[in-house]
Amino acid sequence: VDVRAVRADFPILQTTISGKPLVYLDNAATTHKPRAVLDRVHAFYAGSNSNVHRGVHQLSEAATETYEAARETVRRFIGARSAREITFNHGTTDAVNILADCLELEQVGPGDEIIVTEMEHHSNLVPWQLVCQRRGARLVVLRFADDGMLRLDLLENLLTERTRLVAVSHVSNVLGRINPVKEVVARAHARNVPVFVDAAQSVPHLALDVQDLDCDFLAFSGHKMYAGTGIGVLYGKEAWLERLPPRRYGGGMVESVDLEASRFGDLPFRFEAGTPNVAGAVSLAAAVDYLAALGMADVRAHEQTVMHYAMERLAALSGISMYGRGPDKCGAISFNLEGVDAYDVALVLDKLGIAIRSGTHCAAPVMQHYGVAHCLRASFALYNTTEEIDALIDGLQRARAVLS
Amino acid sequence: MTLNDAQNRVIAELPDGADGIAMYEHLAALGRQAGPADDRLRTEAHALPGCQSQVWIRAAVSADKLRFEADSDSLIIRGILVLLLRVLNGHSPADVAQAELYFLDRAGLSRSLSPSRANGLATIVRHLQHLAGALAEQDSARDRSPPA
Repeated sequence: VDVRAVRADFPILQTTISGKPLVYLDNAATTHKPRAVLDRVHAFYAGSNSNVHRGVHQLSEAATETYEAARETVRRFIGARSAREITFNHGTTDAVNILADCLELEQVGPGDEIIVTEMEHHSNLVPWQLVCQRRGARLVVLRFADDGMLRLDLLENLLTERTRLVAVSHVSNVLGRINPVKEVVARAHARNVPVFVDAAQSVPHLALDVQDLDCDFLAFSGHKMYAGTGIGVLYGKEAWLERLPPRRYGGGMVESVDLEASRFGDLPFRFEAGTPNVAGAVSLAAAVDYLAALGMADVRAHEQTVMHYAMERLAALSGISMYGRGPDKCGAISFNLEGVDAYDVALVLDKLGIAIRSGTHCAAPVMQHYGVAHCLRASFALYNTTEEIDALIDGLQRARAVLS
Repeated sequence: MTLNDAQNRVIAELPDGADGIAMYEHLAALGRQAGPADDRLRTEAHALPGCQSQVWIRAAVSADKLRFEADSDSLIIRGILVLLLRVLNGHSPADVAQAELYFLDRAGLSRSLSPSRANGLATIVRHLQHLAGALAEQDSARDRSPPA
């Protein structure tokens, strides 16, 4: 990846903050958008905006074609067997909630169990907690080791004949380590248990193949992978989606309606009630095209260079605690500096033009694991450079001087 | 000194908000001087929910003079709390509850904070004035109640 050329593709990277060039290291929260994405969204609204799957007029047909082409682009990108397996929604959180709603009555009863991991983002934890509470089921937690690795060795004992689902993130938004999702799936499938993968933090960074992972469901967000906000994907194996009852109803998802009853439409439309985010789908397809043109292997290689450099330089700081240290790092590094509050550090860094995140990162159980109230997180995208890591290190030292 | 005199004095003391880092340095120094409060304040009962960093506040009145104690894990927030307490402590609960705290804006404090921090600051100010209001009400209820 020619990072200089890549940076030129992202207009916002020319911004200055407090008179200093923006160093944007909050990509796990959201990434910026390349011109290719912005242009395609603009072209859609300017040239072919219309509702989809409704009209016979030419604009509607053009919009429908564009929308369905986006679905096909996404199918190819994640290696799904069929476009019927790709459903669009608002984002990963939305996708988990939709899946939880759909599985609740179908799959979970009193005394059943759902396995989640200790490192889940709240959006892959709270919906399952609520399903368990409503159905009298039990939430079972797979722990991780202090180095941020999932305790795969404990999974076998957690899987029982009451297990109805394993919900696991591919990469934690805090720990930034790649979970052995394929092994999780293999072990769960050996007990006939389906697996949902939260891939929000992996899809932007890794070449991903749902058939290779063999997971039953998988979700990710557009805005964390260079597309617009408000568009996300829930992938489901066709056999599963055929089986699940839709839980959102309205236009676009029905085949026939009379005043007494309705018949639902075909896949994937029956999971997309109402007017979908067509422009969002367009932006997602544009982002996928952008990534595919660069090549995910090259994206990964560049990001690994930056990640290794950042790990090395951060580890050399005195009094640093890093959460999730080890190989297979991807996306995010979380840490605290001894004697200074994470919020104060982030505040000082902001004045230096450096955007990093402080807080619990919507993963309170991970904070509890390490016994900290909150921490700092630097997270990377394909446009970050080792020079920006130098700026971060200098900024952290400056912050420490200001704050102690 | 009136409450507004105290506000004006704080405005004069703060570095002018041009460079955010100078402001943070000043606030952190104030926070460091104050030091962490004792553990009796830093409890769940006095924690202010909804703030990004932990904040603890408690209030007491004696002879119609309000006295807050406050603390935060964040040095910068603790520094702001020092200033707020300097302005508010020693005045009647009713005066504190009704005070218009213009010094935060005029000294560039709200501006130099990130929006989420500025929100947090607004939450803290609301909480301080809410506590003051509650104490003022208790006072007037006592005044109205017949002698035992």
